[in-house]
Amino acid sequence: MGNLKHTTLRDFHVAHGARLVDFAGWEMPVQYRSILEEHKAVRRAAGLFDVSHMGEVDVLGAGAAAFLNHVVTNDVDRLFPGRVLYSPMCYPHGGVVDDLLIYMRAPEVYFLCINAGNIDQDLAWLREQAAAFAVTVTDRSADYALLAVQGPRAAAIVQSLTDAKLELVKYYHFTEGEVAGVRCLLSRTGYTGEDGFELYHAAGEAPRLAEALLAAGAPHGLELAGLGARDSLRLEAGYPLYGHEITAEVSPIAAGLGWTVKFDKHGDFIGRAALAAEKSGGSARKIVFFKTGDRRIVRAGAAVLGPAGEVGTVVSGTLSPVLNEAIGSALVATGAAALPLAVEIRGASINLQLVKPPFVSLKKL
Amino acid sequence: MSNVPSDRKYTKSHEWLKLEADGTATVGITDYAQNSLGDITFVQLPKTGAVLKAGEVFGVVESVKAASDLYLPVGGTVLAVNAELDRAPETANRSPFDDGWLAKIKVANPAEAGALLSAGDYARLTG
Repeated sequence: MGNLKHTTLRDFHVAHGARLVDFAGWEMPVQYRSILEEHKAVRRAAGLFDVSHMGEVDVLGAGAAAFLNHVVTNDVDRLFPGRVLYSPMCYPHGGVVDDLLIYMRAPEVYFLCINAGNIDQDLAWLREQAAAFAVTVTDRSADYALLAVQGPRAAAIVQSLTDAKLELVKYYHFTEGEVAGVRCLLSRTGYTGEDGFELYHAAGEAPRLAEALLAAGAPHGLELAGLGARDSLRLEAGYPLYGHEITAEVSPIAAGLGWTVKFDKHGDFIGRAALAAEKSGGSARKIVFFKTGDRRIVRAGAAVLGPAGEVGTVVSGTLSPVLNEAIGSALVATGAAALPLAVEIRGASINLQLVKPPFVSLKKL
Repeated sequence: MSNVPSDRKYTKSHEWLKLEADGTATVGITDYAQNSLGDITFVQLPKTGAVLKAGEVFGVVESVKAASDLYLPVGGTVLAVNAELDRAPETANRSPFDDGWLAKIKVANPAEAGALLSAGDYARLTG
């Protein structure tokens, strides 16, 4: 895997028995012990994830707020220092460039977290749009490592290593401080459906911070968790993954993320006309979530069959370790979503039971 | 390093075959196979009585990562399959050479086992 990029935690992963795989050009741990066991540990206690492959971008300047409001669909004017916003960023035709988190650190000082596989395309897109605004867009991806501590015990574990008052940091808020002596941006966000923190810090400090979190978390039941568990956790929670539920061809409206498109916000934004037309006229296709009552995994790429033939394609699929049955999502013709749907696995027809996610009951965050 | 018991034969596709004195044999997947697959979530096995040739697909083992065909090391008639795997497929991860066995067969032609890998050859293949 000589040409792959790796995070500053590669040796840490190897020392802890990780199985490393190519993920979007990065050599990353897919699992340490067992995807299913790591998943359950996060639902039961806590998991520690290295997600340093994610991209970070500084957006600075007098025009930063207006610029961001122009390129994303959610309303950046709702931010204040210490607040985080989730938003898709769309093309003029309504398809998605990427989905991202926007952090407001101070007036004119914003920080973005973007998907690892989209860093180059996002930067090119952002810089192209930025020309008309008084703003600078700087790639900081190589400067930052990102560790996520997720699960019901996550806050107690992080609190044991910091003087920051975490009870004052609500969901989708952040603060800055030291964790185990490492300067961090502590963000109460995550991709698992559980409470938890994502800790942005200087890339070189990651091994020290990871060891400290692992040691502090062990008595709480924290386990190292890889990208395999991260994917099954996000799917169980019903969160979209770029390239699956949202793509350049699948808009936030079609993906069930209409709540992230704020047509009433101040000023025009890229994709507005197309998204408004799709909202009023209806999407031709939409994302549905399903379970099957069967353990055979329904894999991405499988054809979804209606009574009269193919009506769509599975875009994500795994075994829910909590429900002990196959779960997934599919892009289907909107008219077919009310029909009986099935997939074929090795000659067996398996019915899809449509579900409004999350698949498992999650604590209200 | 994966475990390779010396009391059985192996295939390049990572099944093992344990011949008994009475002309029957037990078939399973190796420790190397279960470790490569990761968490096993589903095992599909043939019906009792099925008559299969050497190298024929006799089932599927599915993990979070992928579904893989199972190839019968020697031809024979299926006498029994491991029903425990229906309820607890992870048994094939935990105990691939013992509790996680897949099928018992009546071997059609024991000479076919001569074409299989010894434990030593299999250990070198996967080492």
